[in-house]
Amino acid sequence: MNSFFKYFTDIFNGVKSLLKGMSVTGRYFFSPGSIVTQQYPENRKTLKMFDRFKGEVIMPHNEKNQHHCTGCGICANNCPNGSIEIVQDKIETPDGKKERIIDKHIYHLSMCTFCGLCIKSCPSNALSWGQEFEHAVFDRSKLTKILNKPGSSIIKDITE
Amino acid sequence: MDFSIYDFTSFNQGIDKFFFENLTPFWATVVEMTIIGLVFLIFYALVALFLIYAERKVCAFMQNRVGPNRVGPYGFFQLIADFIKLMLKEVIPIKNADKFLFNLAPFIVVIASFMAMAAIPFAKGLHAVDLDIGILYVIAVSSMGVIGILLAGWSSNNKYSLIGAMRSGAMIVSYELSVGLSLITIIILSGTMQFSAIVEGQANGWFIFKGHIPALIAFVIFLISSTAEANRGPFDLAEAESELTAGFHTEYSGIKFALFYMCEYMNMFIVSSIAATVFLGGWMPFHIGGCDGFNHIMDFIPPFIWYLGKTFFLVWVMMWFKWTFPRLRIDQVLTLEWKYLLPINLVNILFMAFIVLMGWHF
Amino acid sequence: MKEVINPPVRNIEDEEYHINIGPQHPSTHGVLRMVVSIQGETVKSLKPHCGYIHRGIEKMCEKDTYQQIIHLTDRMDYLSAHINNHVVCLLVERALEVAVPERVQYIRTIVDELTRIASHQLWWGCFGMDMGGQTCLLYGMRDREKIMDIFEESFGSRLLHSYYTPGGLMGDIHPNFQKRVKEFITYFRKKIHDYDNILTGNVIMQERTKGVGILTKEEAIDYGVTGPIGRASGFSCDVRKYHPYGVYDKVDFKEILGTQGDTFSRYMMRMHEMRESMKILEQLIDNIPAGDYSAKMKAVIKLPAGEYYQRVEAARGELGVYVVSDGNKTPYRMKFRSSSFSNLSALDHMSRGFKIADLIAIGGSLDYVIPDIDR
Repeated sequence: MNSFFKYFTDIFNGVKSLLKGMSVTGRYFFSPGSIVTQQYPENRKTLKMFDRFKGEVIMPHNEKNQHHCTGCGICANNCPNGSIEIVQDKIETPDGKKERIIDKHIYHLSMCTFCGLCIKSCPSNALSWGQEFEHAVFDRSKLTKILNKPGSSIIKDITE
Repeated sequence: MDFSIYDFTSFNQGIDKFFFENLTPFWATVVEMTIIGLVFLIFYALVALFLIYAERKVCAFMQNRVGPNRVGPYGFFQLIADFIKLMLKEVIPIKNADKFLFNLAPFIVVIASFMAMAAIPFAKGLHAVDLDIGILYVIAVSSMGVIGILLAGWSSNNKYSLIGAMRSGAMIVSYELSVGLSLITIIILSGTMQFSAIVEGQANGWFIFKGHIPALIAFVIFLISSTAEANRGPFDLAEAESELTAGFHTEYSGIKFALFYMCEYMNMFIVSSIAATVFLGGWMPFHIGGCDGFNHIMDFIPPFIWYLGKTFFLVWVMMWFKWTFPRLRIDQVLTLEWKYLLPINLVNILFMAFIVLMGWHF
Repeated sequence: MKEVINPPVRNIEDEEYHINIGPQHPSTHGVLRMVVSIQGETVKSLKPHCGYIHRGIEKMCEKDTYQQIIHLTDRMDYLSAHINNHVVCLLVERALEVAVPERVQYIRTIVDELTRIASHQLWWGCFGMDMGGQTCLLYGMRDREKIMDIFEESFGSRLLHSYYTPGGLMGDIHPNFQKRVKEFITYFRKKIHDYDNILTGNVIMQERTKGVGILTKEEAIDYGVTGPIGRASGFSCDVRKYHPYGVYDKVDFKEILGTQGDTFSRYMMRMHEMRESMKILEQLIDNIPAGDYSAKMKAVIKLPAGEYYQRVEAARGELGVYVVSDGNKTPYRMKFRSSSFSNLSALDHMSRGFKIADLIAIGGSLDYVIPDIDR
C-alpha cells in the first residue's frame, strides 16, 4: 500500500517540479522587458566603454603634438610578449649635448595580451589605455602601430 | 459554387463538379490529386518555415534574448535566407555509407509526415480525404517516420548516428502505444474514428470538457507521448545535441538536412493538430451549451482561425517543454512509458468506458 | 571434401566498441578527447587524451619575471583568472616576506569570491546545457554578465584581467565597485531561485543525477580530487579553511560537505558555494579599509634561492604552484598543480557502468576547463 501511494506522490511531485520550471520560462516569455541583449551595431553611437577599459595601448598627445615618452625602453623590457619595440634616435641639443630621444614606439597589437605592465612600469606616464575595441582588420600588418605621431616631440618639464 | 470561409463543403464540391463535367473521370481525378498535392506542398513548406521562425523567437524570448533580427523586419526573412543557403549548400558524400538508403531516408521521413496531413480537417469541409478510420490512418502513417530515422542512422556509417537511431527506434515504438491508447479513450467517447464526425461531435463542447477527468488525463498523456513521437523537447534523445552532436542526422548536410529539419517541425504541427482536433474540437468554435449569444460570437470567428489558433497554441506548449526541461536518459524514457503512462492510460480507458456506459458525459 | 576452417569464435562481450567523444564535441567544453569504450549505451571504460591545447605555460614562465608570470596564469583556468593570479602573488609575497596592505587583502578576497560566483554561474549554465536544457546556459550567462561588468569597470577587461601583481594590485578599485557589488548581490539572490526552480528541483534532472557517478571519500582522496567535487564526497579540503589566505580567516563561512558523492551532490555543492560566496561578499564589501593598493616592491623581484609552494582554493579545487628559484629574477622551474587535471583523472572511475548520457552529466558536474588541464 505504501508503494502504491509513493507511485502517485512521485507523479504528483514530478509534475509539480516540472510546472515550477515552466513557470520560470513562461514568466520570461511574457515579460519582454527582461531582454538583456544589446543591439550592438545599432547602439554604436551611444555605446560608451568604461573609462578603464583596456582596448589598446595608446600614447596620449597634447594639442601641440607632444607626448611624454623619453624612449627609455622600460615598457619594452617589461612586456612579456615583446609586443613593444623602441627605435631610438640620437639628436644634438642646442647646447651641444648628445641626447637619445624616441624615434618610433612600435606597438604590435596582434601580440599584446593586455596585461598592462608597460603602462604600469612607464616612469614618465607616457602610455595609457585607449577605449577603441573594434580591432578587426583584413591585413595583419595593420595591427602594428606606431604610437608616437609623426613630427611629435617630448613635453619638456617646466622645472627642467 | 459559393465561397464561404465558414463552410468549404459547397466550394469543394463545386470544384469537383467542374472537373468531372469537363473531363473524363480518370483525368478529373488526376488533376484534382495534382492540385491537392501542390496545395499541400506549399502549405507544408510555409508552415515549416513559419514554425522554425516561431521556435527561434519563442526560445529567444524564454531565454531573455531577441532572437533573429538581422534579415528583414524582426528577422522574418532569416528563414528564407537559411532556406536558400541550405538549398545551395554542398551535399557532402559520405565514404562507406550505404548510398541508396542514405539518400532514401530523408524522403521516407518527409513522406510519412506528408501523408499524415491528408486526413486532418482544417476547416469545415476542408480536408483532402475524410476516411472513416481517420485516426487509425494517422497513427499508422505517422509511425512510419521512425523507419526513415532508423535508416538514416544505420546507413550513414557513423557511431553517433547509429546510437541516436537506435534510441529513437526504442522510444517511438514504445510511445506509439500511449499515443494510440489515449486516442482510443476519445474514440470510446465519440464512438467514431472519422475526423469529421469527431469534430461535429464537439459542437456542444470540446471532448476535453465533455469527458471529465479521463479526457483531461488522456490529453496530457497524448501531449507527452506525441512530444516523444515527434522527437522533441525533453525527448530529443535521437538528436541529443550535447551527447551525440546531432544524432541520426550527423552526416547529413544541405538539402537533405533541411528535409529532416523541416520534418521535425511538421511532425510537431501534425501531432498538435491531431491533439487540437481530437481533444480541443479542431475547427469547432468554443461553445458553451445554453449560451446562444456567446456561441454566436464564437461562430463569427472563421473555423480555419480556430483550428490554427489551437494548433499553434499546442505547438507553443511543446516548444515551452523543450526550452525548459533537461533531456531524459534513454532508460528513463522507457520507464516513463512502461511504468507510468501505459498503466495510467489503461486504467483511464476503463474509466472512460464506464463513464460512457453510465452516460455521465455531457 | 574441402576442409572448412572455422573462424575464431567471436565473443561479443569481449569486443569493444570505441566512440570518440571530442576533440570537437559540444559537451567537452573545449578540446578534450575521450576514447570511450561502450557496450550498447553503457560505458565500459574511458581514456581521456589531453594535450590539444597545451601551450607550455610552465616552460614559458621560466623566461618571465614574476610580474610577467601573472598574465600567463590568467590563461590557465580562465574562469577563475583572479584566483590564478592570487596564487603566484601569494607565493612571491611569502618568499620575500612582504607585508601586503590590509586593503589589498580585502579587495583580493572580494574579487576572488566574485570570480568564484561567476565561474559557478557559467558552470551552472553549461551543466544545464549538457543535460539538454539549453535555457540554463543563457540564464547563467545573463547573470555572469553582471559580474563581468563589475570587473570591466574596475579592471578594464572581462575575462583575463591580470589585476593582481606581486605586492598588491595594478590599480585601485573603481569608486562604483562597492555599490555595484551590493547591487549584484541583491540581484543574484533573486535570480538564484530561478536556478533552483528550473533545474535543481526538476524531477528529470534529479532522476538523471542522483546515484550517478559516485565517488567515495577514499577514492576522492586517492585521486587527489579537490574543490566542490571532493567536498561532495565528504572530503573536507577547503584551502580557505585549512590554509587561510587573504582575509578568509576573518570572515564567517561554512565549508559545506556532501555525503553522497554523486552528480547531484556535486551540483548542490556549487549551488551552496555560490550562496556562501555571497555571504562572504556581504561581510567584506562594506568594510574595505582605507590604505594603499600596493606594497612597496622593488622593480626587479628576485626570490631567494630555494623551493616554494603555495596553494589557494580556485573555483574548481586546490590550485598549487611550486617554484624552484636559483636567486634570479626568473624562476628556475615552475609547476602548477591544476585542479581540473586531478579531477579529470577520476572521470574514468566515476563513469564506468553508466550510460553515455550519464557520462556527459558527470563530465558537466566535474566542470573541467581544458586549458587548465593542458596548461
